[in-house]
Amino acid sequence: MQNISLAIVLAPLFGAIIAGLFPVSKRVAHSVTIGAVGLSFVLSVCVFYKIVILGEAGFNETLYIWLEVGAIKFEIGFMVDSLTAMMMLVVTFVSWMVHIYTVGYMRDDPGYNRFFSYISLFTFAMLMLVMSNNFMQLFFGWEAVGLVSYLLIGFWFTRESAIYANLKAFLVNRVGDFGFILGIAAVLMYFNSLNYVEVFSHANEHKDTMMQIIPGLDWSVMTVICILLFIGAMGKSAQFPLHVWLPDSMEGPTPISALIHAATMVTAGIFMVARMSPLFELSTTALSFVMIIGAITALFMGLLGLVQNDIKRVVAYSTLSQLGYMTVALGASAYAAGVFHLMTHAFFKALLFLGAGSVIIAMHHEQDMRKMGGLKKYLPITYWTALIGSLALIGFPGFSGFFSKDAIIEATHHAYEAERAGAGFAYYAVLLGVFITALYSFRMFFLTFHGKERMDEHTRSHLHESPKVVTIPLILLAIPSVFIGMLTIEPMLFGEYFKGVIAHNPFNAEDYHGVIGFMIHGMLQPPFWLAMAGVGTAYYLYMKAPHIPEQITYRCNLFHKILLDKYGFDRFNDWFFAGGTRKIGNIFWKIGDIKIIEGIVNGLAKMVIWLSSVIRQTQTGFLYHYAFAMILGLAVLLGIFVFGAKL
Amino acid sequence: MFTDFSLLSLLIWLPILGGIWVIILGNNQASIARPIALAVSLVTFLLSLILYFGFDTTTPAMQFTETLSWIPAFNIQYSLGVDGISMPLIILTTFTTVLVIVAGWEVIQDKAAHYMAAFLIMNGLMVGVFAALDAILFYVLWEAMLIPMFLIIGIWGGPNRVYATIKFFLYTFLGSVFMLIALLYLYSQSNSFAILDYHKLAIPMTAQILIFLAFLIAFAVKVPMWPVHTWLPDAHVEAPTGGSVILAAIMLKMGGYGFLRFSLPITPDASQELAWLMISLSLIAIVYISFVALVQQDMKKLIAYSSISHMGFATLGFFLGSSVMGIEGGMVQMISHGFISGALFLSVGVLYDRLHSRQIKDYGGVANTMPKFAMFAVLFAMANSGLPATSGFVGEFLIILASFKVNFWIAFAAATIMILGAAYTLWMIKRVFYGEIGNEGVAALKDINGRETFILATLAIIVLFFGIYPAPMLDVMHSTVEHLVQHIGISKIPN
Repeated sequence: MQNISLAIVLAPLFGAIIAGLFPVSKRVAHSVTIGAVGLSFVLSVCVFYKIVILGEAGFNETLYIWLEVGAIKFEIGFMVDSLTAMMMLVVTFVSWMVHIYTVGYMRDDPGYNRFFSYISLFTFAMLMLVMSNNFMQLFFGWEAVGLVSYLLIGFWFTRESAIYANLKAFLVNRVGDFGFILGIAAVLMYFNSLNYVEVFSHANEHKDTMMQIIPGLDWSVMTVICILLFIGAMGKSAQFPLHVWLPDSMEGPTPISALIHAATMVTAGIFMVARMSPLFELSTTALSFVMIIGAITALFMGLLGLVQNDIKRVVAYSTLSQLGYMTVALGASAYAAGVFHLMTHAFFKALLFLGAGSVIIAMHHEQDMRKMGGLKKYLPITYWTALIGSLALIGFPGFSGFFSKDAIIEATHHAYEAERAGAGFAYYAVLLGVFITALYSFRMFFLTFHGKERMDEHTRSHLHESPKVVTIPLILLAIPSVFIGMLTIEPMLFGEYFKGVIAHNPFNAEDYHGVIGFMIHGMLQPPFWLAMAGVGTAYYLYMKAPHIPEQITYRCNLFHKILLDKYGFDRFNDWFFAGGTRKIGNIFWKIGDIKIIEGIVNGLAKMVIWLSSVIRQTQTGFLYHYAFAMILGLAVLLGIFVFGAKL
Repeated sequence: MFTDFSLLSLLIWLPILGGIWVIILGNNQASIARPIALAVSLVTFLLSLILYFGFDTTTPAMQFTETLSWIPAFNIQYSLGVDGISMPLIILTTFTTVLVIVAGWEVIQDKAAHYMAAFLIMNGLMVGVFAALDAILFYVLWEAMLIPMFLIIGIWGGPNRVYATIKFFLYTFLGSVFMLIALLYLYSQSNSFAILDYHKLAIPMTAQILIFLAFLIAFAVKVPMWPVHTWLPDAHVEAPTGGSVILAAIMLKMGGYGFLRFSLPITPDASQELAWLMISLSLIAIVYISFVALVQQDMKKLIAYSSISHMGFATLGFFLGSSVMGIEGGMVQMISHGFISGALFLSVGVLYDRLHSRQIKDYGGVANTMPKFAMFAVLFAMANSGLPATSGFVGEFLIILASFKVNFWIAFAAATIMILGAAYTLWMIKRVFYGEIGNEGVAALKDINGRETFILATLAIIVLFFGIYPAPMLDVMHSTVEHLVQHIGISKIPN
């Protein structure tokens, strides 16, 4: 098992090294990386089979000791249980699809090999993250995926917007990691270990431990640890107010938007909180905090999707909003539902992004939906797969997103009934979010594929379906987007799939009456009708009466402007953080260092020169001056000798 | 087993004699002088590896010791030895010297033999500083080391080199005078110049505090700590690439080494009494200097400020209430910073050799014309930002963990380097390497040649290796540091 785990992790790293460091041909670069990630996928299936189907015990072993200080060992090792096995499948499968898709998407790019190297490196880092058995290695993977994200957002490094976005992404993530590393330090302080199993098994002992961060104020240690760790998740999973980097990350090539900024990396925060569920369960304060942050993200980021015209940005805001849903689930203690949504979302959101990419290729890298329309007949495969993705996203009954989203809303409702702080707000936020999701999704869908053809003649004449390397991944991703929900809901939410891995599960097996029962139940609930209303509204506004959106824009000008301005976060951050730090830097440098410190130092030097120029006056060179001084000195000495004795 | 072999003396005198040989050969025979200098430095480095592989990790005692009587009248001895603190620093020294000589290979045409000789002689003196167990020997070498550096900046430096060298010299010299006074006091109390004797000497609190402050002035200038840091950016800017590398990689470490060899063990009670001062100064260095680094326009100045900030981490680790994790973290931080800052200064040198400018605004889009170089630069920038799996992470991680135990807010302030360090380093990378080609100069740049690739690749491998597997670096320190922490825990105030 250790060897298999090692092979799963190292295969993509090997691919990345071959494609990145050696001058190989394009063909070799993509063959090696696709082969390596394919191998990881196949082996992940084996691991999944062993652990989940055969029910073998999970695997938890140390690979080597990174370093040892006193009694504390920092280790690199793997822990594979049902949660990890699922994540491994999702990561390697989506990554594999994206690798294949890239062959078509990046065909003529001069950085072809570099791109393959990066996405394989990403796969390695992400696997290290999910397979870790301790907090430190988690942080390793955590930062490494951040690095690759930085490299890939800035992949086209001559574009000013791209290199602005990648720096921003890295720094915002670092703000999150700042909290994360303090959280890890807190764990080490109270548990004297960073190993998951050891920490979780002693978690209860610190249930009532208090610490003082501000002298005189007692805070629960678990609350502090969980909130600090969650700040890390807020960065990586782009939760309000650290969400600002994700929309800009769309500057990167579309395949990585699918892989990194939708399906896998951004869900690392969700995975992490689910992994830490034994800790989070001990602090309802932290859980309420998580839930409120998630709810804000789910609702308000969804709203921004309504006013975007760039096809990728609509999907990006949709991702933000869906990440908010997952976070709400975590806050409602329904970790399983959050992870379940993570999985279904990975498939259908990767599908939507790759579909958007297929549209972008067909449109010759035009991303503005106002210049699209009527693409249905030119791109049939893209059209149908995008429809599947959209239906899954809005939670249409039967599609994968339906099951996971319904479960989240259900769980939030439970939490609301249980009077958990913030759950009321969260419940209405996620309910309203369903309507908004449906509205922006189908706004995008109608604007792109239906209605008038608004592109220019030249583009129209070249429109055709994307090549097979692009469409086959779409089809392969469409399959789980439909079926994965109904196939896995029973074991994951109502069964024992996560037993012993995730600390708490609000769902009861008695409440479950099969997939059909769940669907019928869902269709009687408000979310279904809200989604339908959203689709209907989109149809009416963008197909039947396209003049109305303009009127709404005009009437609600202020609201529209706020949305276009993304609530002013970017402006505020640029002004306050980017500008402020530079201002402080200049003050420290020009006043602190140059004026004050250098002033004193150079002042001392000047004083020495002044003093010596004064003393130099005594060195006149005239013999009688010196003789006089000698006599004076002699007189003083004698004087002391004579009179001093008397005193 | 090597005790009869006088290995440490060999490591000191071989490069010094080699340097003299190279001087005798003269600048006219630079083509012979270069390979000789390289051979000498390489042999020195390889010999120094014996220290590592022959090192007994189970004992905190001095190893490879040598003692000869030097000035018997004052009980001054030529006494050498290494423990887990000095040994890694010696290897860092001999290794960096090899790199510096290779880096100056064809770049330095003016008085090339003297240039090589200066670095060789400095190599011997610096090894001597780390190996000296006699206070006077230490002091003599500590001061002697300034001379080659003074010459390197003064002869091969930039336009404002005279100001920079004098500032550098006066600052460090002034600092060391206080150390000399402290050493003379200790001699008067113990009638010995053996540093290890001072460790055992009982000293009353007032005296401890005064000694501590005297040492502090000497070492703080060297590290450098805020507010006596302003000589460093000037010295770096004017120094030739090799000078900057040695300055950043080795000389700054002597300040840190001084705290571990003198301040902490000789005046443990004062160290604890004044820990708040050391922690405050370190945190100011980390946070304040990071902000200053952010607004620098000159790449070398930026890296110089970054060095101050990173060394602040090391001094923070040393004074975190005598924790093994903190001290080892500080040691790792120093060694890792030696590699990373060396790599960064070499990278600036690569650009400077081509376009003769260190100003960020004179570049832009270098990655277009120098893709191979850009890869290394980004790697070292990431290491400087403390990315896990590079050596830059290890020390910072350990020190943040250790400081959290002392106080949440210390860890909080220290951890801001995660954000600020990344901000100033990557912002520089963005402006220098990314974007459209900035100007004709950049458009005509040629990517790094074999020699430059070799140097940067060597450093890259080391930085990654110690990031992925730092245990070999720390295993040699454990006994020494644990012993030191124990020692600090026992009060030396006489009853």
